[in-house]
Parts: sequence; C-alpha cells; structure tokens
Amino acid sequence: MTDVEDVLSTAAGWQAAGEQVAIATVTETWGSSPRPAGSRMAVTKSGKMAGSVSGGCIEGAVAEVAQQVMASGAPKLLDFGVTNERAWEVGLACGGKVKVFVEPLT
Amino acid sequence: MKASTIAALNHAMATRQPVAFAKNLTDGAEFLLPDPAAPETLNQAGRLALAADKTGTHMLGNESWFIEARNPSPRLILVGAVHIAQALAPLAATSGFEVILVDPRQGFGNQERFPGATMINEWPDEALDTLKPDIRTAVVTLTHDPKLDDPALDRALQSEAFYIGALGSRKTHASRLERLSVLGHQPESLARIRGPVGLDIAAVTTPEIALSIIAEIVAVRRGGSLGSRTK
Repeated sequence: MTDVEDVLSTAAGWQAAGEQVAIATVTETWGSSPRPAGSRMAVTKSGKMAGSVSGGCIEGAVAEVAQQVMASGAPKLLDFGVTNERAWEVGLACGGKVKVFVEPLT
Repeated sequence: MKASTIAALNHAMATRQPVAFAKNLTDGAEFLLPDPAAPETLNQAGRLALAADKTGTHMLGNESWFIEARNPSPRLILVGAVHIAQALAPLAATSGFEVILVDPRQGFGNQERFPGATMINEWPDEALDTLKPDIRTAVVTLTHDPKLDDPALDRALQSEAFYIGALGSRKTHASRLERLSVLGHQPESLARIRGPVGLDIAAVTTPEIALSIIAEIVAVRRGGSLGSRTK
C-alpha cells in the first residue's frame, strides 16, 4: 500500500513534536466506497489533519470522534453507510459503506 | 496504534520486507506479522493477506482483526534517462512505484537532470542482472537506441517482470522484435513486450505520453480492462 502521503509518518512526526494524535483507519468497505481498506487519516488535538478515509463525505465526523477518542483514550469502531440520500446527514453519496477504526497514537 | 509500530513499519518499508499490520478491533492489541509472539492463526492470516496483497477485516475465532498487507512498493525500472523519463519518473513515484533509472551515459543519467533519483550508470543488461526484475517489477525502455534498449529487453524477457514496455513507433517495434528473435526469443515471449508502449489516449506532449505509460502499467498491475468506463 503506497499513497501520495505517508499519513503514519506524518502522525508520528506530530507526536514527536509534542502533539496529541489520533489515527483513523478504514478497516472494511462494501460497494463503491471511495477509499480502500487501509486508507488512513490522522488528526491532532490542535486540529491538524492529514490523509483521508473517504472522498470527503465523512472526514468531518471522523475528526469529531477523533477528538473524543483523544480525550477518553478509548478506541472506537465507526460505521458509515447510505443515509436516506439526504446530503445533510453523514453518509456516503456513492452508496458504499465503510467501517473506520479510530484510536489514539500512543 | 503505537509510535514504535509506525517506526517498525517504516523500517520494513525501507528494507523492502513484506509485513502485515494486525489490529484487534475489540481490545486494540496490535502486531507486526510475522511475529513469534502472535497466535499462529494470526500469523497464518498475515501470510495469506500478504500473498493476496489484500487489506481487510477477518474474524479469527470470535475476535475481529484488521489485517493490512504491506508489501514492498512495486518497482519501475526505466532504461534511458531521457526527456520522457523526466516526466515519467516523478509521476510513477507519486503513483507508489519505486523508480530506478538505468543509463550508462552520464550526460543523461545524472543528479542534475534527475535530482534525488536512484540512478544506475551501467549497461542495461548488467544493471538488470543486478536488479533481478520480479513479479512486482515493471521495465520500460525509453532510449530508442538498440544498443541500450535491446540488452534491457533481452534481460527483461528472461525475468518475471509483470510489465515490459518499449517506447517507439510500430515500425521500430517490428524491427526490434526481429532483432530480439535473432537472440533466441520466441514469438509468445516477445508478445509480452508492450510496443508502442502506453494506453491509447492520443497522447501528444511528453507528460501525456508519461501518463499513458503509467496508466497502462497500473491497468496491467490491477487487472484493468483498458477500456473506457462509460459504455
């Protein structure tokens, strides 16, 4: 798996610089999800972001959960699917489904 | 995820070691497989993931594990540090390939023309004997010079390279195939060479030609249909 951006190294660099960091990983996909399993996004407590777990549809929601995960220290497994095709709900417009694991970098 | 795991993943990548990252989605435990400390069922799942080059979630017993195959990057060997290589090398690197340039002519193959590139200033046959193209390696000849292209193609045909391409017109490709058959290559072997190289996207400019070549390599690697997705 190679990607444009080495999200894990970026995350490790942020942590080394004293930031608190959470990592979100796509663990499973169904249908036409935009990013394959193994895609990652890193988020810092200060609000920095790198990488992506979808085509932009769920990054905001994942970043919010990342903040909770950093606060509690407990990982979370999130489910995203099609939601009534209403754009204001968090879901995938493409009709796919993804699971995203969010955990603190320790 | 532990920072030490990221360091170990980076070390594996730098040394081209295939590893599988395994994460227990219930209790958060993680391993870098193979690991003698991991359960044998997990090590086995890691081996299968690497063999299939597949990342995903698996049920092992009643535990849910995310297993990520991290095989070494595919390699692209470019023979000829020519103008088109200057467009192709960065595009291939962005696409996840480890790019190796081969050109014995130091006027072409130098760090000024290719800053930071892996450059081998040897004859292509010697370079390919050392590099040993495997099933994760693509070889593309770009020089238009039989003295350089032919020995490279000769060695590439004797290798397991998943993609072999040769830049040049239909006419030069026909004479190239004739010369290679004199070297003892059979028609079915010669059919492995993609020449003229690249997908037919009516490329004109150098970056467009580079794009058509990388597009074809990706399509062959991923088993793409090489056709338009709009029917």
